Amino acid sequence: MTAELSALFAARAGDYRAGVHPCTPAELPDLLATLLAGATAVVLPAGTPPQWTARLGPPTLPGDTLTATELDAPGLAVLTGCALAVAETGTLVLDGGPAQGRRLLTLVPDHHVCVVRAAQIVADVPDLVRALPDPTRPVTMISGPSATSDIELSRVEGVHGPRRLDIVCLPPA
Amino acid sequence: MTPPPGRHLPIVAATPFPRAAAGALRDTQLRATLGRATRTIRDKRAAVVAEVPDWERLRERAARVKEDVIDRLPELVDQFARAATAAGASVHHAADAAAANALVTELVRARGVDRVVKVKSMATQEIGLNEALAAAGVTAVETDLAELIVQLADDTPSHILVPAIHYHRGQIRELFARRMPGFSADSDDPAVLAGAAREYLRRTFLSARVAVCGANFAVAETGSLVVVESEGNGRMCLTLPDTLIAVVGVEKLLPRFTDLGDFLRLLPRSSTGERMNPYTSIVTGVTPGDGPRRLHVVLLDNGRRRIAADPVGRAALRCIRCSACLNVCPVYERVGGHAYGSVYPGPIGAILSPQLTGQDAGHNATLPYASTLCGACYDVCPVKIDIPAILVHLRQTGPKPAAERAAMAWLAWTMRDRRRWRAALRTARSGGRPLRVLTRRHGGRLRRAPWPLSAWTAHRDAPLPAGESFRDWWRRTHDR
Repeated sequence: MTAELSALFAARAGDYRAGVHPCTPAELPDLLATLLAGATAVVLPAGTPPQWTARLGPPTLPGDTLTATELDAPGLAVLTGCALAVAETGTLVLDGGPAQGRRLLTLVPDHHVCVVRAAQIVADVPDLVRALPDPTRPVTMISGPSATSDIELSRVEGVHGPRRLDIVCLPPA
Repeated sequence: MTPPPGRHLPIVAATPFPRAAAGALRDTQLRATLGRATRTIRDKRAAVVAEVPDWERLRERAARVKEDVIDRLPELVDQFARAATAAGASVHHAADAAAANALVTELVRARGVDRVVKVKSMATQEIGLNEALAAAGVTAVETDLAELIVQLADDTPSHILVPAIHYHRGQIRELFARRMPGFSADSDDPAVLAGAAREYLRRTFLSARVAVCGANFAVAETGSLVVVESEGNGRMCLTLPDTLIAVVGVEKLLPRFTDLGDFLRLLPRSSTGERMNPYTSIVTGVTPGDGPRRLHVVLLDNGRRRIAADPVGRAALRCIRCSACLNVCPVYERVGGHAYGSVYPGPIGAILSPQLTGQDAGHNATLPYASTLCGACYDVCPVKIDIPAILVHLRQTGPKPAAERAAMAWLAWTMRDRRRWRAALRTARSGGRPLRVLTRRHGGRLRRAPWPLSAWTAHRDAPLPAGESFRDWWRRTHDR
């Protein structure tokens, strides 16, 4: 079941033109290092597991104190986890918990890398709203990179949010 | 005499729909742009709706939840207010547009700013908030790309979801070159144009201290607001400024948090034709250290409880502003949104605007006739609003010209009595005889009649009375 949900999540997130990267726990540090190699610095929310950053090349910045203007520096990337993810819609769900941080961390930098564990993936949105641990925390649901359909209703990626979204999927334990 | 409140709102048609539509129909460029855009979105919607096996059950459940909300509006408003207040929000109640505008203006002034950033919101369009703020010396910067286009062009929105649907890319490039400081691209690629909006608004976002938003849903149980968007401009407004003011129509309430499960499946698929929109934010009161330190929620009535009391018309309050009904409407597709004279165009606008204002406001009584009653809007509505039934209801209850009332009274009197009716038919047949000869070339149909019958023949042919009635025919051929 979890494997099927993982596969569906990866396919659906890929439909939004997010980068989707399945990987094993052993490969994770190198994969994250590759994805974030081009960043000038990597913003880390509190609670980021140390193995995620073991091989990172660029300097890291603690996310809790940065202002919006500092986060707007060119070339910045942010590395987070998530609270849950939705298979049917390829959606990431963040609620400010560990390794997620304040909402603006995943909004102002131009590149967002998010690590999803297979156990965090639920089937659909109704399952998601039942599974949220505390719905009164600030919840952000992210389905692909920022986009607009406002010009002739044709979808283009890249408006105010991160223009690049990479999702790293860890397999079922 | 002072006009009743609300008569000046951007939901009052200044021109009768037939006249506005005739003007719009002459614009072939507009028709081509709209035709292309609505076709694109219709196809996308159909594809993602077909993916959901229990779509019909989903619609029925959502309709039931919204009916429950309309039944219990006052109770749910109180419940929401208590929950949101407990979570750190300040909740205000506005009976009408003027009260809401005064409240928001006061809240903005209290922060000492002369500029606010805005997330696209139909409720603030409906009450003319930007104009009210401007009158108080406050600039409201629209941050949604389509709203920005409309604002830069000094235009009015023509679609609920994509207010600038009537612009094609070349027009947008030309507009940006004229009105957007620093724009120099000579490409009309939508990606380039969207990138220009990103650059243009970035500094505004980073320096904004007050934001104004609406909400797609408001959860009574938890006091949460839900903002559904694509570009990230909503998230910017919801997280960067330290004061957030939300203007929310009371019909946006949902009883339970778990109700969002169905509605967040229905809305993006019906609206942009996506499985899910890029960003959905759920905000409950104030969270220390994350986002605004002050959250004000203005709960707007503006005629909604009055509509809730109309047993037929109240279903219009189920609307979640997805705009699927606009995209399938053969009338909207040809005339565009401006012909409706309201920020709520299309089929939903034709039942919403006249009910919000009363049918005697401006020319809103002409809007329920802006439809062929084909029913396509009902088929796609995610909350199963029977729009054609409400259109007919509004036609029946709306004001009628004196001539029409007199004609109908005479007809009712004639049809009540068999002899009077037969005599009337006889008169019509003998009167029609010379006309039948004259119109033989057109198949016995009258193409142009003098006033007042011209009101009918301006848009359709009038059939002439048959040469022989069915009764006469039966008597002649059977009753020997």
